Amino acid sequence: MITAMAPDALLQVDDLAVRFHGDAGTVAALNGVSFTVRPGETVALVGESGSGKSVTSLAIMRLTPPPPGCRVTGRVMLRGAAGEALDLLALPAEAMRSLRGSRIAMIFQEPMTSLNPVLTIGDQIAEAIAVHRGGARAAVLDAAAELLDLVGIPEPRARLSAYPHHLSGGMRQRVMIAIALSCDPALLIADEPTTALDVTVQAQILDLLRRLQQRTGMAVIFITHNLGVVAEIADRVMVMYAGRVVEQAPRRALFRSPLMPYTAGLLRSVPRLQVTAARVALEAIPGNVPDPTDLPPGCAFAPRCGHVQVGRCDAAMPALEVAEPDHLVRCLRWRDLASGTPG
Amino acid sequence: MSRFLFHRLAQYLVLLWLVSVIGFAVLHLAPGGPLAQFTLIPGMTAEQLQVIAHQMGLDRPLPVQYWEWFRRMMVGEWGRSYRDSQPVLYVIGAHLWPTLELMLSSSVVAVLLGTWVGVLGAIRRYSVFDYLATIGAMVALSIPTFWFGLVFIYIFSVKLAWLPPGNLYTIGDGSFLDYARHLIAPCLVLALVTIAIWSRYMRASMLEVVNQDYVRTARAKGVPERAVLVHHTIRNALLPMITIAGLQLPTLLSGALVTETVFTWPGMGRLFLDSIGYRDYPVVMGILMFSAMLVLIGNLLADLLYAVSDPRIRLD
Repeated sequence: MITAMAPDALLQVDDLAVRFHGDAGTVAALNGVSFTVRPGETVALVGESGSGKSVTSLAIMRLTPPPPGCRVTGRVMLRGAAGEALDLLALPAEAMRSLRGSRIAMIFQEPMTSLNPVLTIGDQIAEAIAVHRGGARAAVLDAAAELLDLVGIPEPRARLSAYPHHLSGGMRQRVMIAIALSCDPALLIADEPTTALDVTVQAQILDLLRRLQQRTGMAVIFITHNLGVVAEIADRVMVMYAGRVVEQAPRRALFRSPLMPYTAGLLRSVPRLQVTAARVALEAIPGNVPDPTDLPPGCAFAPRCGHVQVGRCDAAMPALEVAEPDHLVRCLRWRDLASGTPG
Repeated sequence: MSRFLFHRLAQYLVLLWLVSVIGFAVLHLAPGGPLAQFTLIPGMTAEQLQVIAHQMGLDRPLPVQYWEWFRRMMVGEWGRSYRDSQPVLYVIGAHLWPTLELMLSSSVVAVLLGTWVGVLGAIRRYSVFDYLATIGAMVALSIPTFWFGLVFIYIFSVKLAWLPPGNLYTIGDGSFLDYARHLIAPCLVLALVTIAIWSRYMRASMLEVVNQDYVRTARAKGVPERAVLVHHTIRNALLPMITIAGLQLPTLLSGALVTETVFTWPGMGRLFLDSIGYRDYPVVMGILMFSAMLVLIGNLLADLLYAVSDPRIRLD
């Protein structure tokens, strides 16, 4: 078994694939996904619903449904607290459990349903601390109150005995963040943490995450479909489509010169305020995300792509090519498109 | 909270009144009557019967009889048994404990076993255990309780001679162990239907909870699987079961009636059946009202308990 891991990597994902087996047949939710996350870095996973973003995060956490309904293959390596390389998918269940919430933590999209409705906020934070670090009840509750203070919840002491339904969505997401940060994780996976929130609250939560990241030095995998959020927080961006990575680049490169037509389409579909230009109709990518049970044989984006070359793009799945160091793209025509000769 | 209680109690009074009217009417609609036992006395004449009927107040129109009964009941005067002239409340009191013992013990058995079967069926969904539990529940629900009682007696008392075939205790013994041995069979037979119902509801409730986001959150926190199950999944799945428990009370009570008869258990159920046989109107009405109150109180307790266990629920 190969346990090689890039020396500067905190997380290294190689050829990760997730398949769901059901009555309707097999769905390849994720195919050949590879990437690395370095310590302290923010990597954004971007894509439409069903592109495989959330499945990627659940597979890393080993929180996908158990086999035979779901099978995960590939390799996920995580740098342990002592610098050792841990093969997450091969780890015994108990060892994996002890990493969850301590070395890797996760926050979810729906703060309204992600907290247990019958336990107090204090109990839910304390549980995370008690599981990993133990300690006397009073000390654990002190730590929980400190965490609530850290994530900007007023009157943290009093809030410990509040129930989730007493809090607003934004406050609940802060509580989720407090739980995730309770054991100083090296990696935080944030699965659309702001999607269900009001725009003003979104900005507050993003700001909070950024501050906490600076303070703790943790790496963040930020899953979102919101490119505005990506522009604000990401160091590197991975664009996913139909269960595959289609483009991966540093944020600047991606926003300035997207190589994959899908990325370019996504960027064009973001509304902008422009003072000078005349009113421009917002561009949408035509068509829909392909049915995961019935993916086209070639590039999955080909049926919706404006630059498609029939007979080429729809014949075979293009490989993920290195366009520039640190800039990967999965498109047969990226050279033509980059040099400005679209056909 | 007090508003809630006030509303509930008002509802219950109306309900109890309806129960009394319907019970009284149905009871008097049944053929025969309390006078039948006197007709068998040799030399009894029609005139003498007429006198007895007049003494018992049975010669008056039904509404008047009902009003008379109702008026007395409201002031705690529940009348006397036609059979032995004992006060109704005393008769019920004498038969109450065996029934409560049976109902309580089989509720405990049913809740524990039913929860266990339901939880296991849900976490090992579509396993052999789950299929067997499903089939078992269907069987328990479709076969009448008295048949199970008879089969139990046949196997464990007649064939194997492990358990006594009936009664509360052996005359002359009466030790705790003796009581316990007598309780096993009727308790299990009565629990069977409740186990079946409870396990089905529990399984469905569990399946709803296991996919909740907060269960995933607990796993993401690194909570051990066992604690996820107990603290997060079962705890939340049990909440709706409190209501089911309240609703199960009448089933348990009517089941006790049958079970007591099969196992010659000297409880309220057997008293009820015997009293109906004798057309002992005061006792039958007394038991009817008493059990109706028991069921209503049980439901009220379930609602209050629900409010206590689920912080999201405020009663008002």
